[in-house]
Amino acid sequence: MAQINLLQAINDALDIVMAENDRAVCFGEDVGHFGGVFRATSGLQEKYGKSRCFNTPLVEQGVIGFANGLAAQGSTAIAEIQFADYIFPAFDQIVNESAKFRYRSGNEFDVGKLTIRTPYGGGIAGGLYHSQSPEAYFAHTPGLKVVVPRNPYQAKGLLLASIRDDNPVIFFEPKRLYRASVGEVPEEDYELPLGKAEVVQKGSDITLLAWGAQVEIVEKAAALAASDGISCEIIDLRTILPWDIETVANSVTKTGRFVVSQEAPLTAGFASEIAATIQQACFLHLEAPIARVCGMDTPYPLALEKEYAADHLKIFEAIKTTMTY
Amino acid sequence: MNTDVYSESKVVHQPAFIDGHSVEIPILKILKQDGSIYENAAMPNIDQALATKTYKTLAFHRVLDERMVAAQRQGRISFYMTALGEEAASVGGAAGLKDQDMIMAQYREQGALMFRGFSLENFMNQMFSNEKDLGKGRQMPIHYGSRELNYMTISSPLGTQIPQAAGYAYGQKLQGLDAVTICYFGEGAASEGDFHAGLNMAAVHQAPVIFFCRNNGYAISTPSEEQYVGNGIASRGVGYGMKTIRIDGNDILAVIAAVQLARAYGIKEGKPVLIEAMSYRLGAHSTSDDPSGYRTREEEAKWQEHDPILRMKNWMLAQGWWDEAQETALFEKLRDEVLAAVKVAEKIDKPPVEDLITDVYDQVPPLLQSQFDELKEHIKKYPKAYPFSAGRIK
Repeated sequence: MAQINLLQAINDALDIVMAENDRAVCFGEDVGHFGGVFRATSGLQEKYGKSRCFNTPLVEQGVIGFANGLAAQGSTAIAEIQFADYIFPAFDQIVNESAKFRYRSGNEFDVGKLTIRTPYGGGIAGGLYHSQSPEAYFAHTPGLKVVVPRNPYQAKGLLLASIRDDNPVIFFEPKRLYRASVGEVPEEDYELPLGKAEVVQKGSDITLLAWGAQVEIVEKAAALAASDGISCEIIDLRTILPWDIETVANSVTKTGRFVVSQEAPLTAGFASEIAATIQQACFLHLEAPIARVCGMDTPYPLALEKEYAADHLKIFEAIKTTMTY
Repeated sequence: MNTDVYSESKVVHQPAFIDGHSVEIPILKILKQDGSIYENAAMPNIDQALATKTYKTLAFHRVLDERMVAAQRQGRISFYMTALGEEAASVGGAAGLKDQDMIMAQYREQGALMFRGFSLENFMNQMFSNEKDLGKGRQMPIHYGSRELNYMTISSPLGTQIPQAAGYAYGQKLQGLDAVTICYFGEGAASEGDFHAGLNMAAVHQAPVIFFCRNNGYAISTPSEEQYVGNGIASRGVGYGMKTIRIDGNDILAVIAAVQLARAYGIKEGKPVLIEAMSYRLGAHSTSDDPSGYRTREEEAKWQEHDPILRMKNWMLAQGWWDEAQETALFEKLRDEVLAAVKVAEKIDKPPVEDLITDVYDQVPPLLQSQFDELKEHIKKYPKAYPFSAGRIK
């Protein structure tokens, strides 16, 4: 197995799909010859030609509208939105079109072959418009699947599954980890299941839940807690919608304590949905209130990014508060 | 890099603006209202069989619209939209295409679906949201769709089909199919961002789309002079570097000729075309609207003189392909059939409650399934509150 970074894992997954399926098409702003501003589509145009990997004009609603039509036609449409912060011009195409295509037509038509890839998240000095985590907006839309990988191995397996899944998927890529996260990734084709969370560390005292880049922050907090003698069970949610209630509820039933952490602002974030559901599912097993450790309710800052972020120390404090409640 | 504009433009040394009206855009007319053909007009490829099918579709359209407005007024259906006065745009469009071409309509193009052979029963089942509706009773009346007939299911948000048509046609071309996509919208929807996105995407990526603008003068109550001030919608096609044509939308032969030309160009060159069809929405926007609040009877009367169906009838009579006895018999038969179909469709059950949760995804996710199980228990508890579903829960 080769050691590769998260970008290379994504590029690898795209390469596998483009090679096996001549109706797979990758496109977006700067995606063609340049290979994307992060180089996720590097080399694909050279390998598969301009008609299957290309630049689009600067128009996100056009990119996703085009992708919807292409997927409805039966092609495998893999669209890139350069930053998740710039997905909002395409909000109508995603929320009113992609998500409702199958339902509104009574399954006469669908865009199951659509995958939208987009880098998200902070910690890169990107300020307001290169740092957001907008997963909760899309989690509020039945018909979409929302997937977030935490490392290169997960990224390749989840992206292959997302592209082949017969539903429209938004695949949020943690751009802070694009080059920072390196790990062993099999060269062959493999898929990881959508809608399934993964227990990444077993523990007995408290359950910690996160997704994407936030998982390693939670792991750091768990290491601090371990030195205080607290045994943390860590779960990576992996798929935000539809999410794996069972795995999370089973863990919280066992530990009786629960901290959920996300990069996005607290209010109406997906952590809130999880907290409400787990409170209902595990009420009699809970030893303490569920804690949410999230970004603050401000736009994403620049100079004060460290202060804003749901870092390992804030999570560590929430673990201790929950343990001693 | 596109440097030719810099190096190859005509050079001037005095500042002066140009405007959209400096590009002269002619309007294609082939058929006169009296049924005669303009001198030197290039006829579309149309024989007696195609002409008869086209005319019968126009007649069906007119009758269905009349009857369904009446049905809405009687409270039998919730909503309806006619295409009164502009039926030639949709029927002529379909008549100029092949069956394998995709039709992505806005919502006032039921004529194209009629031409493709969507049955009267299918129209009725959709409008009555019953269990035989292909759309499973999920959308308001007139949101038709049929995979078999290559007619994309209607979506209420305006203009969303425009960039989708670019993608759909790109896929057709990539696969090497003998097929194009026609995309309908109004001059109002052409103000939406999706219009500009879609035309530019299609032009840049060379997708064989026929963008068909029905410029019918009104977007609900807003007249076109409050919608745009440029040289119609056609001037925008020129701006996007697209072959463009303006036609008389009430002239069925002009519609067919333009669409046939656009189709041949799309197949040969693999590029999009913009057609701007000038017409007038003689009916209300929908049954929820009353045009007397925003326009005059005189204005409407003037456009009634341009009735596209009467114009085609006059031509058919002149060709000797149609007569008054056939006319009377056809309209009587259609009215009877529509009335009978209403009576059948309104008695068919609503969709089963399971249709509430299917097709959100390819498979029902666990959380949605548990919500559905709770719903079934709830309905069993209060059966009188849910009379359509209470007796049918499995």
